[in-house]
Amino acid sequence: MKFITIDKKDWANGIEKSRGIYQLFGPVKDKNEFFIKHLEKDTLPAMEYDNSVMSAKSIIFPQTEKMLTATLDESQEDHHIMKKIETDDTPRAVIGIRPYDAKAMKLLKLNFDTDDYRDPYWCDAYEATTFVGLGINKPGPFDFSTSTGTGPFCDDGLDVLLADLDDKYLAKVLTDKGAAFVGACGFDTVADEKESLALFDILRKEAEKNIASHIETDKLKEKTVLELHEAPFWDDLSFSCINCGTCTYVCPTCWCFDIQDEVKQKESVRLRIWDTCMSPLFTRHATGHNPRASKTQRVRQRFMHKLKYFLDKYDQGIMCVGCGRCVKSCPVNIDIREVCNIMNSYEKQA
Amino acid sequence: MDSYTTKIRELSARLLKDEKVDFIIGFKQGTIPMAASPHIARTPEQAEQFIWDNNCRLNLANYLTDRKEKIGIIAKGCDSRNIVTHIIENKIKREQIHIIGVPCQGMIDKTKTSSLFDEEITEYSETDDSITLKTLSGEKNIPKNEVLNSNCTTCTHRNPVIYDELVADLVEEQIIDDLFPDVRRIEEMTADEKWNHFEDLLKNCIRCYACRNACPLCYCPTCFVDESGPQWVGKGQDTTDVRTFHYLRAYHCAGRCTDCGACVEACPMDINVRDFTRKLNKDSLEIYGWEAGLDETNRPPLDVYSPEDPNDFIK
Repeated sequence: MKFITIDKKDWANGIEKSRGIYQLFGPVKDKNEFFIKHLEKDTLPAMEYDNSVMSAKSIIFPQTEKMLTATLDESQEDHHIMKKIETDDTPRAVIGIRPYDAKAMKLLKLNFDTDDYRDPYWCDAYEATTFVGLGINKPGPFDFSTSTGTGPFCDDGLDVLLADLDDKYLAKVLTDKGAAFVGACGFDTVADEKESLALFDILRKEAEKNIASHIETDKLKEKTVLELHEAPFWDDLSFSCINCGTCTYVCPTCWCFDIQDEVKQKESVRLRIWDTCMSPLFTRHATGHNPRASKTQRVRQRFMHKLKYFLDKYDQGIMCVGCGRCVKSCPVNIDIREVCNIMNSYEKQA
Repeated sequence: MDSYTTKIRELSARLLKDEKVDFIIGFKQGTIPMAASPHIARTPEQAEQFIWDNNCRLNLANYLTDRKEKIGIIAKGCDSRNIVTHIIENKIKREQIHIIGVPCQGMIDKTKTSSLFDEEITEYSETDDSITLKTLSGEKNIPKNEVLNSNCTTCTHRNPVIYDELVADLVEEQIIDDLFPDVRRIEEMTADEKWNHFEDLLKNCIRCYACRNACPLCYCPTCFVDESGPQWVGKGQDTTDVRTFHYLRAYHCAGRCTDCGACVEACPMDINVRDFTRKLNKDSLEIYGWEAGLDETNRPPLDVYSPEDPNDFIK
């Protein structure tokens, strides 16, 4: 691990220089909100952003992604044979990603890269990407990341972690990928390791003081799936839910997808599209049977997956990084912090 | 709005205690600033959680669709108009519901309000005509009418149109000279400008369907975008599919929309969904003299035929 100081006067030049090797992504302001997007030429990442409405997951896992294609033109020899689409897996860097979004990528990896299966689309994109995080000096009121195994200066899942020190950035270079990106920018003013570590520690503690909301997750593991599944609180918790897809789409760790075939004239494409467990169509069987036909069942599925099934399956904490996006965006204010605490403290009555 | 809150709780507790209804639908305090969350109270104790403030923007008629119970519901002007529409369209029976009417004084626009700050709002409070907002670095007091929801500024039905009891005296209705300044602005655009306006409006749509699902009118058992046999609309981010959804949905609301603004309130991407429905509301008023949800005995204009219907469109 090494530390680099970047004078903000050199920032724009360095970022531009890196374009020789990397496609760049980062926060961009659009109307009143920030989005993590491809940075067009001469656009710098808007590093002053509070948070983006959508997480950074679409950089690796686009909402609509072409996977396979085939021609239906029977004069072609290979007609009706699905072929993998050519993907662009040249190096890319996401600049200014929030530490909890990088942690979320690591959690997603557990699903897309297993001992049995390796999802080539997700994994190739992930491997091509360098994650340049930005520590959060002033976490907002929705942030509860310190109780989900990450935090405003957590470096888990990042290649570089930047700290904003007003006139300069202090960069903690965590991986070879990170070193290569910093090198491509021409940032090479080495900072003292001990001092830098101490500084990061101070920043982290200061930032964490701002985090006022916390969740309790300590008892989730010891409860049985059935106990929680059959708990009496789901009907009232889900009453206000309108079953839109907002929570799942803004979530950095929701990964469920649907596969769709679309045909236009002689060209057929197989698409992967974000799915949402809030929709009545989610996992509906071809027979017409719907395993989760009611709203309550669907709401329960989302929270059980994030806070119980995932925890039991991987033993790597809950599938929530505490970014607070769903808390902020839910049209009816269903609050995962509240739901988590209710689940955690639930005791079955004898 | 403390007096409204007190009265709502009192009336609700009595209804539940006397077993006049199975449950009551209202709002409770949200867990974040500027949020009120739809709440169901089955006991007088649960009714103690009801509140009323400038953030009760959603339309509670949405929670009545096809219910079989005897239901109490807290309804401001627009909610009551959607209850009327629900009764006309057989989604609920009048005798099934007990309406606690709320003479509304307008809701505040949370997007407009948050855009006045660079930071997140951490605390919200209100008096009759102003709101106070806190952030990590300070506090600001804003007159309520500066951040009123856009649909509330042109609302001429603040009082519930049907109710069984009221939480306060009826309020004076607004007299508005120009009900559709926003529509006129779009009407005056060239075809290209209109196209660009709507393209820009939709460019961030994530197809979460929050607009549709927050809308009391959107109760189709299977929405045309969810139909899978045959599938009519693609499910990805193709702009044709995104447009198709929004335009068709708007037309399905023609003559039925009460301009309650629930679609805009629900949208996580700050899309002014009302831009799609407002022109249809204007046409309904200008062509048929019709405003939705005012009268239980009349069906919407596109639902009925009358020899007096204007035929000017036939050239």
